[in-house]
Amino acid sequence: MDLRDTPEEAAFRSTVRDWLATNVPDELRGYGFGVHTDDLTALRAWSASLHAAGYAGLTWPAEYGGAGATLAHQAIFLEEAALAEAPPHVGVIGLGMAGPTIITHGTPEQKARYLAPILSADEIWCQGFSEPDAGSDLAGVRASARREGDRFVVDGQKVWSSYAHVADHCILLTRSDPSSRRHEGLTYLILDMHAPGVEVRPLRQLTGDAEFNEIFLSGVEVPVASVLGEVGGGWQVAMTTLLHERGTLGIALVSRLELALRKLVSLARDRGATTLQRDAIAREWVELEGLRLTAYRSLSALARTGVPGPEGSILKLQWSEANQRVTALALDLLGPDALLAAGNAPYGGWWQQQQLRSRGNTIEAGTSEILRSIVAERVLGLPRSR
Amino acid sequence: MDASPTPEQEELRAQARAFLEATPEPTWGALAELGWTGVGVAEELGGAGLGFLEQAVLHEELGRALTPGPFYGTVAVSLPALPADDQAAVAAGEASWALALGPLVPDLDSVTNVAVAGGDGVYELVRFERELLATHDATRPLGVVVGGEAGRRLCSTEVLPEIRRRSLTALALEACGVGARALELAVSYVGEREQFGRPIGSYQAVAHPLATTFMELELARSLALGAAWAISVGDGRAGLLAAAAKAQAGEAAVAACERSIQAHGGIGFTWEHPLQRLIKRALWIRSWEASTSALRAEIATRLIDEGGW
Ligand SMILES: Cc1cc2nc3c(=O)[nH]c(=O)nc-3n(C[C@H](O)[C@H](O)[C@H](O)COP(=O)(O)OP(=O)(O)OC[C@H]3O[C@@H](n4cnc5c(N)ncnc54)[C@H](O)[C@@H]3O)c2cc1C
Repeated sequence: MDLRDTPEEAAFRSTVRDWLATNVPDELRGYGFGVHTDDLTALRAWSASLHAAGYAGLTWPAEYGGAGATLAHQAIFLEEAALAEAPPHVGVIGLGMAGPTIITHGTPEQKARYLAPILSADEIWCQGFSEPDAGSDLAGVRASARREGDRFVVDGQKVWSSYAHVADHCILLTRSDPSSRRHEGLTYLILDMHAPGVEVRPLRQLTGDAEFNEIFLSGVEVPVASVLGEVGGGWQVAMTTLLHERGTLGIALVSRLELALRKLVSLARDRGATTLQRDAIAREWVELEGLRLTAYRSLSALARTGVPGPEGSILKLQWSEANQRVTALALDLLGPDALLAAGNAPYGGWWQQQQLRSRGNTIEAGTSEILRSIVAERVLGLPRSR
Repeated sequence: MDASPTPEQEELRAQARAFLEATPEPTWGALAELGWTGVGVAEELGGAGLGFLEQAVLHEELGRALTPGPFYGTVAVSLPALPADDQAAVAAGEASWALALGPLVPDLDSVTNVAVAGGDGVYELVRFERELLATHDATRPLGVVVGGEAGRRLCSTEVLPEIRRRSLTALALEACGVGARALELAVSYVGEREQFGRPIGSYQAVAHPLATTFMELELARSLALGAAWAISVGDGRAGLLAAAAKAQAGEAAVAACERSIQAHGGIGFTWEHPLQRLIKRALWIRSWEASTSALRAEIATRLIDEGGW
């Protein structure tokens, strides 16, 4: 065990830090998850510059345009990017979910076609898993994919799909066997979002932003060559996606929490804090350091075994709840000023926005209840609740 | 960056666990024979010459097994203050120590020597009487010394911050062991016990608090190992991490015992059940040296007033 950077890692860290210091565009500093359409051009340009500098897809194999770097390098980049308030690459879903799933299950043609444009941000992806009647219970997916010769005809509705309003492709979970139930008979498709019959309607969130969307699919034709994995084997492919969604983000989440906590400490310095507020701040710092060290432990385990473990679920769950507490604590420190929004509010309304957005953290990518059940059943080995 | 234990550390853990399961109340001499009392003592003094990360493994396993005896007080707390000859005597199993930093002194029933801090030095205490006090945790008795005077000077008080870091970290590690054991008992019980025709562990109201317990303990363990690593390399953040580890682990261990008792129902509330001993040690740890709120107050001062991180 040695928690220090190796000399080589330290050199990489300082290169990354210098690069971020000069390259993060001021107008995008602090940008979170999701895209406002107005910012799309700037976010694409930023993502392309990440790619040109070799920081997009750091851990992807070189043959797919990645840097083939170690997980430690990826962690260093994510830590530095969070502290520099760099916006994420606009291809969050492509880089973190679609790409790794294509690398695992894709045909050579699919890899050649789809991977490079993810890194360069020439193509943006979204995820079409959730449906009105299939949320936590993803195996209830109903969107139907009917085989007709060399293509599938897709009908159905997807919901809560982040980035769909700007996406070129969608990883779509469908039911290809209408007589099947639950995990059987599902097929995982790569959907062209520009195909006839795809309609996207943005949904406004409680924050006021519109990051996610409904997708209506009517008679959309998808070539059989766009099946990812086996026809009828969609569940296994979807599990790869979810493992990556929850598994590799740990460090990024922890680093974002660190940024929020550093701001909270300076808020306490600026405005003063009561004994109870100071106690709560210390408690969150302890939690943050615990999460960071847990993320390092799971990263080291991942580097040895190659598969993200259940630690991903643990980090996501604890981070989401910590983020809700930290942002609520900031509002407590702000007193009645917490009621103000945007330009009128201290710090441009950053804390108010963060607190509201944090309510989604315990729902997206698996609700806290579902994640607790995963820990209970898969980590502790308790009997299944269903 | 590498946050995984070495194969040797994993091996040591397996050996320690097997030994303590077979030998619940080992003598001080038996621990010396295993090389544990001198785990961090230099080889030329008869010790094993290992680092604090190896010592950390022993604290966690001894906590888990609720092993009685002065290992924590001697090895984690007193050793850094002892001159070479005294360290050799500890490694050989001939001496054990308590360092009296306040009126209450741990393991006063069994230690051969007592040290006190006074002025700018740490001294051996001589010509004193021992008075044992009634406490709840029978595996770690407390007492007070009556009378006594400063004998040999052992070292300067400059060693005290290092002792505090080691003490807090050792307590955190013990707490991780205690909490993990309490959780294991709960997991195995709720997997078997049936009510309303189903194992009770299939009810989310039973399962989810245990999942929470697991996560709190993982954080505690990460912090305790991080603090142990920082101590082992003399990292400047060791003190802050040690405080964080003790705060998190003390709370997590008590909560683990509380939730395990609840998950056991009536049987968990009996004197015969091991949980009553586990919760008493967890409570001992949470209150000893510095309470959670005192540690958090220290951390807040470092962060807010002194610009530390
Ligand atoms: C900001 C945001 C972005 C999102 N982005 C995407 C995206 O890009 N693509 C996509 O496909 N989806 C996306 N989602 C959807 C998300 O995955 C679902 O909202 C989530 O899985 C919950 O499903 P649901 O909304 O249908 O709620 P439900 O599943 O109906 O759950 C409602 C409540 O019941 C609880 N519950 C349900 N089942 C159980 C159970 N068995 N035991 C205990 N409690 C239970 C849940 O925990 C929750 O509290 C996003 C969601 C949000 C908030």
